[in-house]
Amino acid sequence: MAEYSALSLLRNALSGNKDWKPAWRKPAPKASYDVVIIGGGGHGLSTAYYLAKEYGITNVAVVEKGYLGSGNVGRNTTAVRSNYLLPPNTRFYEHSMKLWENLSHDLNYNVMFSQRGVLNLAHTPAQLDDYARRGNSMRHQGVDAELMSVAEIKRLMPSIDVSASARFPILGGLMQPRAGTARHDAVAWGYARGADRRGVDILENCEVTGFLRDGDRVTGVVTSRGEIRAKKVALAAAGSTGRVMQLAGIDRLPIESHVLQAFVSESLKPFLDTVVTFGMGHFYMGQSDKGGLIYGGDLDGYNSYAQRGNLPIVEEVMAEMLALFPSLASVRMLRSWAGVCDMSMDGSPIITTGPLPGMYLNCGWCYGGFKATPASGFCFAHTIARDEPHELNAAFTLDRFYRGAVIDEKGQGATPRLH
Amino acid sequence: MLLTCPYCGPRDVSEFTYQGDGNRQRPAPEAQDLQAWNEYVYDRHNPAGDHNEVWQHSGGCRSHIRVTRNTMTHSVSSAVPARGDVHHRATERRKPGAKA
Repeated sequence: MAEYSALSLLRNALSGNKDWKPAWRKPAPKASYDVVIIGGGGHGLSTAYYLAKEYGITNVAVVEKGYLGSGNVGRNTTAVRSNYLLPPNTRFYEHSMKLWENLSHDLNYNVMFSQRGVLNLAHTPAQLDDYARRGNSMRHQGVDAELMSVAEIKRLMPSIDVSASARFPILGGLMQPRAGTARHDAVAWGYARGADRRGVDILENCEVTGFLRDGDRVTGVVTSRGEIRAKKVALAAAGSTGRVMQLAGIDRLPIESHVLQAFVSESLKPFLDTVVTFGMGHFYMGQSDKGGLIYGGDLDGYNSYAQRGNLPIVEEVMAEMLALFPSLASVRMLRSWAGVCDMSMDGSPIITTGPLPGMYLNCGWCYGGFKATPASGFCFAHTIARDEPHELNAAFTLDRFYRGAVIDEKGQGATPRLH
Repeated sequence: MLLTCPYCGPRDVSEFTYQGDGNRQRPAPEAQDLQAWNEYVYDRHNPAGDHNEVWQHSGGCRSHIRVTRNTMTHSVSSAVPARGDVHHRATERRKPGAKA
């Protein structure tokens, strides 16, 4: 029987809820594992889960420098979508979407996945043409996409300013109806529990301070809780990728770490039942089940490993919110926070073997890592177990930059500001 | 965050444009070394700590500034004119007689 079911809820309610087991153990580190995964965020935990579930590799440790889910998996704005133009990205993110659609059932843990749609607004005829092209590319690859007229957008979001006198009048939009949101903490906890129950050791407050080496080969990690040997060491450290890789002597990657802020307003009555993005500038917003508007915008724009940003972006994000929803001018902001994003130079991720023997690398998520969590873990687990990429991440190599095989959604060239 | 422009004094970061890692070395235009070009275009040191970077005071005197800033704390330990590398090279590239 599933651990969480109507029957188990009833039984535990009758016994005063004293018999629940912790969702994951707090084991002491063993001297060695088959696989050590660095990073106890969404991607590290889902990698451990799929390693155990799909590949039967259960002698696995996930080492996390803080507490579980204290990094980007708890700092994102929870949007899930697969509305990409280029086939390698579309296929990968659509696989992720399909895993999302069954995730609560698969994990027996309610991740509150809500397919409320993601709408990208267009403000110029050229932008609308570009969205039509992207929508066609998505539909061609079996992903849902619909162009929406201004009247349809107004019906969907009565509070949005669609007037011709708006600073950037809205001309239409591209909607992915199957996209939506999920509760990010539950995703971390669900994967953690699923991995733990299959035998994976989750080691919190266990910071990697160095690597064990045998020549070039990586043979384990040195941590704040002692040395741990491993046949395979896999890195899923997102914004901290650069710091950790420097410990392994790799001091250059096609990645910069940048800080991205996010915001939540005070709770409102139901106001917005989809996720909407502004096409002039950079702004996106959804509403949580608690009623808070969750929104964010652009990167602060300079290299940073500090999990906090500066005021100019706060002002910019608020201005963009009010350009779309003037009625929100009287709503107060409740909290703001920031996460460190591993910005790759073409805006697409890296999931690969190497760059050192015995090592596996998962990084470059820019600010799209949350929606990728299931497929990232699925593909990374395959890459670790089989020592070769899954067909879905075969294009996400580290040497694609050198080979000229970049996956550049915007066709913008090398910059760490893509997503 | 405040940056201290060597000409204008301390100013809000919103007056400045970030131009990224100051360690990158552009190969000579005729250079054939693909690895060097790859490193220049794509690879970054991305340090957690002091970062040597270039900013432009684009909302002020428009000069380029070489800044040493800690990426863990955002504290700036040095901000000096970038003249001598960025500025000079731009001058050298200018055709004789071209308008400034």
